[in-house]
Amino acid sequence: MQNAIEIHGLLKTYGETHAVAGVDLEVQAGEVFALLGPNGAGKTTTIEILEGYRDRDGGTVSVLGEDPAKAGLSWRNKIGIVLQSNNDAAEITVEEILNFFSDYYVNPRNVDEVINAVGLEEKRKSRGRELSGGQRRRLDVALGILGNPELLFLDEPTTGFDPEARRAFWDLIRGLRADGTTILLTTHYLDEAEALADRVGVINNGRIVEVATPATLGGRDNAKVIVRWSEGGNMKEERTDSPTELLRSLSARLAGEIPELTVSRPTLEDIYISMIEGEA
Amino acid sequence: MSTFKIGASRGNLEIRQFLRQRESVVFTLLFPVLLLLIFGSVFKDTIAPGVTFSQYFVAGMIASGLLNTGFQQLAIMIPLERDDGTLKRLRGTPMPPSSYFIGKILAVLASMVVQIILLLLVGALIFGVHLPTDIGHWITFAWVTLLGITGSTLLGIAFSSVPRSGRGASAMVTPIVLVLQFTSGVFFIFNQLPSWMQNVASIFPLKWLTQGMRSVFLPESFASQEVAKSWEHGRVALMLSIWIVVGLVLALKTFRWERSR
Ligand SMILES: Nc1ncnc2c1ncn2[C@@H]1O[C@H](COP(=O)(O)OP(=O)(O)OP(=O)(O)O)[C@@H](O)[C@H]1O
Ligand SMILES: [Mg+2]
Repeated sequence: MQNAIEIHGLLKTYGETHAVAGVDLEVQAGEVFALLGPNGAGKTTTIEILEGYRDRDGGTVSVLGEDPAKAGLSWRNKIGIVLQSNNDAAEITVEEILNFFSDYYVNPRNVDEVINAVGLEEKRKSRGRELSGGQRRRLDVALGILGNPELLFLDEPTTGFDPEARRAFWDLIRGLRADGTTILLTTHYLDEAEALADRVGVINNGRIVEVATPATLGGRDNAKVIVRWSEGGNMKEERTDSPTELLRSLSARLAGEIPELTVSRPTLEDIYISMIEGEA
Repeated sequence: MSTFKIGASRGNLEIRQFLRQRESVVFTLLFPVLLLLIFGSVFKDTIAPGVTFSQYFVAGMIASGLLNTGFQQLAIMIPLERDDGTLKRLRGTPMPPSSYFIGKILAVLASMVVQIILLLLVGALIFGVHLPTDIGHWITFAWVTLLGITGSTLLGIAFSSVPRSGRGASAMVTPIVLVLQFTSGVFFIFNQLPSWMQNVASIFPLKWLTQGMRSVFLPESFASQEVAKSWEHGRVALMLSIWIVVGLVLALKTFRWERSR
């Protein structure tokens, strides 16, 4: 498969800070890729270099076959951007800004459809400053997908979304993926990465720690199963490769129901936290 | 869509936004009219045979209106748009950058037309300012206005890169405009200023704009009261053109879509 994004040896420094310190990354056309990492890891810096907003200090970058530092307006027409934060459009209504912005694209999506897709029907006549935090964010997403992009960048798109809006957003992203859109997103919600991403990349201190599928990241597929139960008034915990056998012996020993039993596999979050802690 | 069509669409959006901000409507459009009412009522003297101060002042206010609606408005608005991410968002779309500027120019033109009409109405109805009746004066009015608004808009775009933040912009731009107004023959009669002040003011465009506007709204006899004893149309056109070129070069060289960090 062809790569939508190719990054080799990407460098970006701010004074003493190595915001991006030699990142190599490939995102395939049509995949959803989630970039994970703690605050200040270099996610936004990397994405904004890919979007053509920031210059790089070293390395090569190709986005849809072009160098974003030099790409022109026809390249921008194929790209959708949701920035980490924006505070514009205070006096323009939702439907106005979408209508006006669709003038800039060659093949924009239908404005009503976009408004429905992000669930802003009730707020279409509200001005930017009248929107709640989550509603504002939905407007950002709406503007990001308005141009029917081949490649969509989403920098923490669901900040401030309520759980229902988050699920609706996930459906939206799955729909875009089904239509063949390539998506690069960052998020601090590991369940979101797990729900959406074909592959995740963990970045810390400007370096990629690992790239894998959510199911296999950090050896998650081979990780031991955690069994917890209560015995003699104390909580016990054991990590094992053969949970069934452990349960059988517990059940025999405790003669029947095992009190307060839980059997869990490490979540993506458990794996992620142990990776980041191991790094520090 | 073409760059011009998108520019027209930007202009539409800019004008809507402008009208929804009460402060901008009051300050840019009504403030000059208020000033005219105050100055026109206080200073009723005749400053030369057949010329009242209000007449002199209307010419100056129309000239400085070009500076207010173009330079001042843009040099304050663009840094705000840079801060709140308006510019960054636009930069991420396939909108041609020139369309953004076309939109700004259209918004400036619209508020300028409204302002000139208000000033002329108040001047003519309340202070008996004579509007020219021959085509020649209106042609002068047209080219002075055109050169003035072009230069003012370009210089506003160029100056928008100077303030570090949107909040500081108005504190920086307003005094500049005020000083120019005091020294270029808007609030004071230019030929009564000390000559060193006249010489300094002659470097800047507002002096030439006020002079051009006086040649439209004051009787021909007043030309002899000018420092050069004539309207100096040639020099007015030359100085305004030089500032247009300066503004264009600076605007192209310095324009930033994001805050410098
Ligand atoms: N414009 C800048 N000037 C100076 N330092 C910067 C700038 N932008 C980013 N940095 C620094 O680069 C590092 C990476 O920042 P970046 O914004 O890429 O992090 P991030 O992974 O997006 O974090 P978050 O999850 O908080 O959004 C940080 O240490 C930050 O302080
Ligand atoms: Mg970030």
